[in-house]
Amino acid sequence: MKSQDKDAKTSLSRRALLRGAGVAGAVAGSLGGQAQAAAPSPPRREALEALTAIEADVLEAFCARLIPSDAAGPGAKEARAAHYIDRALAGALASSREPYRSGLGALNARAQAAHGAPFAQLSPDLQDALLTETEAKDGAFFALVRGHTLQGMFGDPYYGGNADFIGWDMIGYPGLRLMASAEQQAMDPHLKPTHESAYDFAMFNRSHGAHHDMADMPHQTPGAGRKDP
Amino acid sequence: MTVTLKKTDVVIVGLGAAGGVAALPLCRAGLDVIGLEAGGWMSPSDYAPDEISNNYRGWPQATQKANREVPTHRPSVGAPYTPRPDYHPMMNAVGGSSLHYWGQSWRLNPWDFKVVSATTARYGAARIPKGSTVEDWPFGLEELEPYYDKVEYEVGISGKAGNIGGKLDPAGNVFEGARSREYPMPPLRGTEFTELMTKAAKGIGLHPFPGPAAVNSVLYEGRPGCAYHGWCDRAGCHVNAKSSTAVSTIPKALATKRLQIVTGARVTNVEVDRKGRVTGVTYLKDGEVYFQPAEAVILAGYIYENIRLLLLSKSKAFPKGLANNHGQVGRHYMSHNQGAHVSALFSHNINSWYGLPAQGVGVDNWADDNFDHAGLDFIGGGNMWIYPSRRPILAASMSTFGQTKSWGSDWKAFVMQNADRTNGAYLQKTTLPYEDNYVDLDPVVKDPLGFAVPRITADFKDNEKKIAAFMMDKMVDWYKAAGAIRVEKGALGTMIPTTHAYGGARMGDNPETNVVDRWGFAHEAPNLAVVGGAVMGTSGSRNPTLTLQALAWRTAQHLADQWKSRTS
Repeated sequence: MKSQDKDAKTSLSRRALLRGAGVAGAVAGSLGGQAQAAAPSPPRREALEALTAIEADVLEAFCARLIPSDAAGPGAKEARAAHYIDRALAGALASSREPYRSGLGALNARAQAAHGAPFAQLSPDLQDALLTETEAKDGAFFALVRGHTLQGMFGDPYYGGNADFIGWDMIGYPGLRLMASAEQQAMDPHLKPTHESAYDFAMFNRSHGAHHDMADMPHQTPGAGRKDP
Repeated sequence: MTVTLKKTDVVIVGLGAAGGVAALPLCRAGLDVIGLEAGGWMSPSDYAPDEISNNYRGWPQATQKANREVPTHRPSVGAPYTPRPDYHPMMNAVGGSSLHYWGQSWRLNPWDFKVVSATTARYGAARIPKGSTVEDWPFGLEELEPYYDKVEYEVGISGKAGNIGGKLDPAGNVFEGARSREYPMPPLRGTEFTELMTKAAKGIGLHPFPGPAAVNSVLYEGRPGCAYHGWCDRAGCHVNAKSSTAVSTIPKALATKRLQIVTGARVTNVEVDRKGRVTGVTYLKDGEVYFQPAEAVILAGYIYENIRLLLLSKSKAFPKGLANNHGQVGRHYMSHNQGAHVSALFSHNINSWYGLPAQGVGVDNWADDNFDHAGLDFIGGGNMWIYPSRRPILAASMSTFGQTKSWGSDWKAFVMQNADRTNGAYLQKTTLPYEDNYVDLDPVVKDPLGFAVPRITADFKDNEKKIAAFMMDKMVDWYKAAGAIRVEKGALGTMIPTTHAYGGARMGDNPETNVVDRWGFAHEAPNLAVVGGAVMGTSGSRNPTLTLQALAWRTAQHLADQWKSRTS
């Protein structure tokens, strides 16, 4: 990317700024909510746009088990998939806000009931067991989060996820190009990743990338299963 | 209060793939045409290579009129409705869905025009599936050939001919009907992977060929060749290499100064006089109601919208909806038998990150009636299509072929290894019309203006299911011949709203069973034409656009040639 260094710096400083706000938000949230959620979270989160701090804790942990950070490399946590979801729930995915509230709340409640601790504080094994249960019992919610996590991991970084192109590097996507040659379409072309967002290209209009005017249509009335009288 | 505008010669409702073609011969004949388009103009800057926007948030359909009118669907009367898709499969804009389609631009196979007579002659009348309302088209491929040819050259289609005047060329599709000349552009280039698949096909006795595409392979009429950048699926072209009508026939029509385009116009009614002749259309724009009088009206919306507008336009002359006194509007509906895909896993990367869905290799050996059905229990068949097209979220959403669950470290390791090792085949299969597959108006669901949305009542029948099973087996053979280590068959699904829909205003000589005559004009209203997939009586086993564009040209040319008799 032509302006990679400059962009990296500005996005870094923006990230640092948001990180500060996130901590403040998290503290305020926990004071207003459960006083016993004492230990301050590590300073890793951007300011929340839709979720409560407690919900965000559950979602961060959820995403981190879907695409774990492990010996093979970074995962959903580093890619900021949960940040993507939080931002989207305040805009284009607003109609999913309620399923997140109830689904994350139920998951946290099950963690408390079974293990006496919030979901985010459980060991990975216990978290996996609860997620396996969620997948079986509330498949629609699990699929919703999984789908959005894939978007946050592998979508354009413009939307707040796929930080540092972690998702694209993970699956070997060589990146956006405005033109691909025959050689670049060969079976194993060993291409250097371009590491550019669509909106790093000046020619593309960002206005619909923001999507705040594109609230998803509530088509579900009358939804599946409706029968004629 | 309705503002009555100055009368014009022809109003075209919808300037998409069909209406955008129909305008050109009319304008060239010196007629004044007003094109009413619900969407607006779009430009290359609107087509960012952005998977979230294009493929998950329905840009640009989500912002549009069409999206407020997504049809409802139930498989049969009394069956529960299926979930309504979040986004309409089609879009509103000058150029319509030809902006974001794949651009595969086939001619139908000769058999598709005469399913009844050809099947009866070869296998006996008993082989027409029970309950099917299929009829022969009122003409054969040879009647449509000159119009296919015109459209291929005026829109801009790349490809390789397989049959010029009866002389077969194995570099093209040897199963196609005779054409008068070569395509205006050579085919899109292949990739190393499509070459692998081509070789494998030949190895098992098939006849692979590069498919025809409404995408420039070289500079054509001032527009550049394809950039192969990988973002063609559900997105417009950032260099105008895709031959949408917005960059081909519509600018040519505008250049005649005979076409006036009104964007943001939502047509709510087609008006008729006491005798049942069409007098013009009423539309809404920016909160105002307008009446546009015209000598002739051409409905060129997508088939759901064409059917809906006919059914909504009730009058004394047409109490059940315009041109529906025989109850045929909405009947003989088909949505393409496109499910039941096959996907494969290879032991090596295939690099499908770039390229486009139209840059593929096709096989027609098992399509239409290209093979002997004597020992089989179905008629028709399918086109098999292999193409490079992969985007990151789509890649990560891949099947794990039963090897891991869909999340966690094992899944992550699987996807890291295999994200570029899969391929999914596109199998387009014959669909026939049936008595109980139809579109009408939903009795409950309305758009924000209070107009009923279309309702689809349709499901695949035995013949379609048998073709699907047969084609999946054939595709498995092809993948295995190419060295796939695993293959997986998909589900057929049901007939939900789709980009490949047909019928509802079928073309035919018999007014008892067809809405429009052999020229595309309503039997019951001679100055009203319908263009688009709605007039097609069979689906073929390939993308519909070029056929409906050829039909649109033919209808428009007929109107220009027979102006006096059609408008008096």
